[in-house]
Amino acid sequence: MTNSALEVTGLRVRRGGREVVGDVSFSVPRGAVTGLLGPSGCGKTTLMRAIVGVQIVEAGTVTVLGLPAGSPPLRRRIGYATQNPAIYADLTIREALRYFAAVLRAPASDVDRVIDEVGLADHAGKLVGSLSGGQHNRANLAVALLGEPELLVLDEPTVGLDPLLRDELWALFRRLADGGATLLVSSHVMDEAARCDRLLLMREGTLLADDAPLALRERTGAADLEQAFLHLVRAAS
Amino acid sequence: MNPALTLATTRRILTQLRHDPRTVVMLILVPTLLMILLRYVFNSTLVFSRVAPALLGVFPFLIMFLIASITTLRERTTATLERLMTLPIGRLDLLFGYALAFGSIAVVQVALAAGVSLWWLGLDLAGSVVLLLVIAVLDALLGMALGLFVSAFARTEFQAIQFMPVFVLPQILLCGLFVPREEMGWLLRWLSDVMPLSYAVEALTRVTASSTVDAVILRNLVVVACCALLALVLGAATLRRRTP
Repeated sequence: MTNSALEVTGLRVRRGGREVVGDVSFSVPRGAVTGLLGPSGCGKTTLMRAIVGVQIVEAGTVTVLGLPAGSPPLRRRIGYATQNPAIYADLTIREALRYFAAVLRAPASDVDRVIDEVGLADHAGKLVGSLSGGQHNRANLAVALLGEPELLVLDEPTVGLDPLLRDELWALFRRLADGGATLLVSSHVMDEAARCDRLLLMREGTLLADDAPLALRERTGAADLEQAFLHLVRAAS
Repeated sequence: MNPALTLATTRRILTQLRHDPRTVVMLILVPTLLMILLRYVFNSTLVFSRVAPALLGVFPFLIMFLIASITTLRERTTATLERLMTLPIGRLDLLFGYALAFGSIAVVQVALAAGVSLWWLGLDLAGSVVLLLVIAVLDALLGMALGLFVSAFARTEFQAIQFMPVFVLPQILLCGLFVPREEMGWLLRWLSDVMPLSYAVEALTRVTASSTVDAVILRNLVVVACCALLALVLGAATLRRRTP
């Protein structure tokens, strides 16, 4: 029994005849924010789908909180936010969250808590379809926070947000991790990488690095993480 | 199966509809308006009484098929279905939630169309009103269940719309509304026999014509209910937790 929240070994995924994740192995420590960084199309979303158990995989094992990915007991313990908002456009934020809270058997008070956490309290009565892109994204994130899940899998949660909101969300991720939750957050923006405890760098379906941000910079001798990433890409090819 | 989740889903779907009053008004009024139109097209209560019972089943069947296939397709394409599949909700909870929401709309829809037909348009009903409503609502549920099922085979809303002429119109042509089923050639008769709408229309016609509840009506009710249930279960099988 290890202390990691997530254990991936030899994962391979094929989609449309192409290998999109090839022999990936890593583990994610509990109570930390792990960043999954890489250019778009590198397999981040597929990897996250495999972790939440909705992806048909070719080979390998994914163990989440000690159970095989996709096990029914995990459905209440993982919060997942897809990159494209998956929330009913023809409901208000509060109505949509109330439904997902009912599905999770989360207490009714959870709805207002998560609305506050993502900073949408002033818009709770608005139709999801009428929200701006950034608000829509945050409403989507709020669904993942319902029921206080032990593991949060967030696919590009800060895309399209202004710097201030991005900062607020990263502060929220930090608070959640300090409270004991494990977060796996994907991004293709390198300046967000510095805010993670650990980094997984992905490119073309394979893992280039699995390290702490500081260690990564020291190992590559790069001035910042962007340079470190470029260094690793060049070294690999 | 968890009744609380089924009801939560029903409430969610009805709330979605509440935000779309135009759809609600059309859902509830269109079958009735079509019955009124039909009555004055024929311009005779006698002819109207002959075709009206069948159409009391056909109109809700058609409308529910369309609504259900588009709504579920939307749930699939907007990824809310994928999100639900990562959450602790059973596939049948979801589908029965749909059935209950659309079923309750069907009750209102059918009750209004039948009420107007009986008390204003001069539909002559020999059998029981309740039985007429039960058959018509079952028929609407059948349309809904078929719509849910076939939406699995559509990738776009364009395709889903076109399933209507493919799956619904042949059933309407062959259900005995235009030509009595006994006069059809063996192939058409056989096709008519395997199409569930034929049983609903036959039951509706019999309830209108006679006050006795015979074995044929009961058998047809069971056939329609079983087909609706089968389509729902097949629909559940098309909801996959894991996808490529």
